Order: sequence, then C-alpha cells, then structure tokens
Amino acid sequence: MFKRLERGGPTVRFRFEDEEIEAVEGESVAAALLAAGIDTFRTSPLGPARAPYCMIGMCFDCLVSIDGVENRRACQVAVAPGLSVRRQSGARRVG
Amino acid sequence: MPSRQPPTSLPSERFAVDVAVVGGGLVGSAIAWGALEAGATVALLDEGDVAHRASRGNFGQIWVQGKGEGHPPYARLTQRSATLWPEFSARLGVRTGIDVGFSQPGGLTLCLSEEELATRAAIASRLDAEGGSAGMAILDRDAVARMTPLPLGDSVRGASFCPADAHANPLALLRAFHLDIQAQGGAFIPHTSVEAVRAVRGGFAIATSAGEIVAGKVVVAAGLGSAGLAASLGLDMPVRPVRGQVMVTERAAPLGDFLFTGLRQTREGSLMIGGTQEEVGFDDGTANVAMRTMSRRAVASFPDIARLDVVRCWGALRIMTPDGRPIYQQSRRYPGAFAATCHSGVTLAAAHALVVAPSIVAGDLPHELATFSADRFHVQAA
Repeated sequence: MFKRLERGGPTVRFRFEDEEIEAVEGESVAAALLAAGIDTFRTSPLGPARAPYCMIGMCFDCLVSIDGVENRRACQVAVAPGLSVRRQSGARRVG
Repeated sequence: MPSRQPPTSLPSERFAVDVAVVGGGLVGSAIAWGALEAGATVALLDEGDVAHRASRGNFGQIWVQGKGEGHPPYARLTQRSATLWPEFSARLGVRTGIDVGFSQPGGLTLCLSEEELATRAAIASRLDAEGGSAGMAILDRDAVARMTPLPLGDSVRGASFCPADAHANPLALLRAFHLDIQAQGGAFIPHTSVEAVRAVRGGFAIATSAGEIVAGKVVVAAGLGSAGLAASLGLDMPVRPVRGQVMVTERAAPLGDFLFTGLRQTREGSLMIGGTQEEVGFDDGTANVAMRTMSRRAVASFPDIARLDVVRCWGALRIMTPDGRPIYQQSRRYPGAFAATCHSGVTLAAAHALVVAPSIVAGDLPHELATFSADRFHVQAA
C-alpha cells in the first residue's frame, strides 16, 4: 500500500466513516485516506468499488461525501480538523 | 466546407431507389425507416456535421400536452404519435438491441403562479372543446406534491398533467434508426450533400457529392437546410431557427419515473433542464442570462436541485414554421417530391415512421396530412 515519502509536519485529525484518521497538514483527503490504508472510497452507480486514480481532479473516481455533501473529489479537498468523510454508495442523491 | 470524413461512395454508379430522403436527422430518418417498413427501397442522405443538427441537441420528450390548440389535426397527429410510440420503440429496440429509453410516466407543467395555472386551464378547456386534450388535467398543489419525487418549492401553485407525455433518449433513437435502416437493406449515405435535384422520367435524378441517385420519390427533410432544395422542387418550406438551451447536471440517484416541462432525468441519472425559445438567428451558442432564468425556475420548482452541479450546456436550433406546426406536402409541379419538417422530431417520430412514410410510399398524402400543406401560409389558399 501507499506510504508517505516524507514524514513530519503538524498533524490533523478527521473522521472517515467511524474511524479517526491522522493526516499531515496540507495533504488532500484522498492522500490521507490512501496513506491510512483505505482502498475503497465509493461504489459506482453500477456497483463496483472505486478508489482514486489520477489524484489531480480529473478522473472523478475518488468521490466521497464530506460533511454531508456528496460527489466531493477527495483529491481536491485539503484535510481539516473535524471533517466528517463517508464512503459514497452509487450516484449522489438529489434530495 | 471541408470534411474530415472520407468521401462516401454509392452502392453503384447509377444508384436507383424508390424513395430518397434528404436529411438524416430524426424527421428524415423516421421517414426513411418507415418507407422501408412499407416495402420501399430507400436511400437516406445525411449531409454531415456541417449541418445544423437539431436532432443532436434535442431535449428528448414526446410531448402531447397543450399541442394543437386551434388546429385539431395537429392535436390528433401528436396524440396518435404518442399512442404509436410504445410499439414503435419496442420494434426498433428488438431489432437493434438499442434501448431508446422510452418511458411514458405522463408529464407535469408546474405553475408558479395562479396566473400560470389559469393559462394552463384555459388551454386544456379549449383543446377539449376542439376535440380532445389527451386527458390534460389541472391539479392543485397538494395533488402535485403527491406525484413528485422531491419537495416542491413554496411558489408552486399547481400543474397541468397529461398522461400521454413521455420521454426517450433522442441520440439513441437516431442511432437506432440509422442502424436499422442499414440492417433492413436501406442505403444510409452519410457525409454527402445534395447539389441539385431534377425531374426525370419516372422520378428524380439527385446529384450528390458522392454521385447520382435516381429515385421514384424524393423527400426534403433537411430541417433548416431545406428551403433552397425545396424551392427547386416547387415546395415551400418557410422555416426559421428558434434556439433552445439545455443544461445537464451531474448524474444523481434515480428519482423515480417522472417528467416535467423543461425537466427530466435521463436513464443515466443526469437531470436535463431546458426549454428556452430564443430568436437569435443561426447562433447555436449558450447565454448566461437564459441559463440563469432556466435554473432559477428549476430551483423554484424543486429547491433541492440547487445542490447539483451543472456539467454541460448547449444551444440547439429548432426548426420553426410560421405557425409552429409541421409541414407535409407533395409538390404540385413535381409530383413525387415531398416536404416534411417540424420542430418535434422526437414526439412525431412514430407518426413519421408509421403514418407519413407509408403515405409517401403510396404517393398520396391523405387529407389528415394534406392539411399540413404550406399553402396555409399564403392568402390565396384561404
């Protein structure tokens, strides 16, 4: 699995599902989750599991729910203390 | 205009068919498909992406509600097409393996004021008085709320509902037509423009960029590109572009089967928001002011929609006649030459395939269709 090339820097804590994740300040949510060994970010509308592919905001495979808002690209959101991140199941809901 | 496509070659040097259709959009394709079904040999000529391509920007509704006010034959033709759609789309689907996404949940036109509601009620009662509104009914806010998948905005006062309204995927429909025309032995000739048509013994010689086609009958169904060719065949097709803009949101979980004026969810989950009517000539671009108006109305109808991101938008040009009704006509000067155009290529697809096309093959438009002659635009005919 993934590991950080550099260690150090202030840490930030946030939640993924019911887990507490420790991240390094300035990382994206996607980088922090991958470093924590999370390999399923969502399930696609057709069912299969999905994880980040591009990490630069283009592939939309890292979609998660962040603080109740679905379809957020985890690679484009910086970690922040107290974020609540959840796996997304299928397409986002409108209502 | 240069084309990146390789030149098309005809099946034979002097290619002869019963019916040649000029225009490979939804109107021409439906007529070509229907002519094949009626037993004719057929060539369908499609100019290419230099054409205005209304069929590629279509919203995808089979819309009956409110159509044909003041002209019962148009109301009847629209209603008949919606009635034919289920069997027609099933036949295309079985043949091609393409699901054109037909579904007929009935459509709602939401009214955001008492005035809008009164206008819809007046349309329904006039249609009923003229011979039928296809069951168009006026519903109050509570009745609408029970039918809709999302909470209504505060300003929604009610809606008109018509059980005949339906929707489909217009791109899949066009693809299915083109595939099945070829599978049934028709000649689909893309990237080919028609240069001239002249009457010859027993029909017409059609000079194209790919060679000459000889046809017993020729149908001009080239949308906004029809006028010049039509005139050379003694046909009048006074059409102008009316732009419609469409916005598409990210895909969302299915909301259940529903349909509104200017709002539908595709099978794939996107919400389509649309329906401007703009007189901007041949400009098929988009304009922020129209999109703001469209999205405000969608959000006023269903506030939750504001949470969705818009991922695409486009403008497309409707083909509009002076009175908004179709034109079907056989040339008096050149019998065997026909005009066919309308702004409802999806709604009327089933009628074009199963009513208009067999009449063209038979060489005679029955009265129910002849009433759509462009003669109506000239005072001499009144």
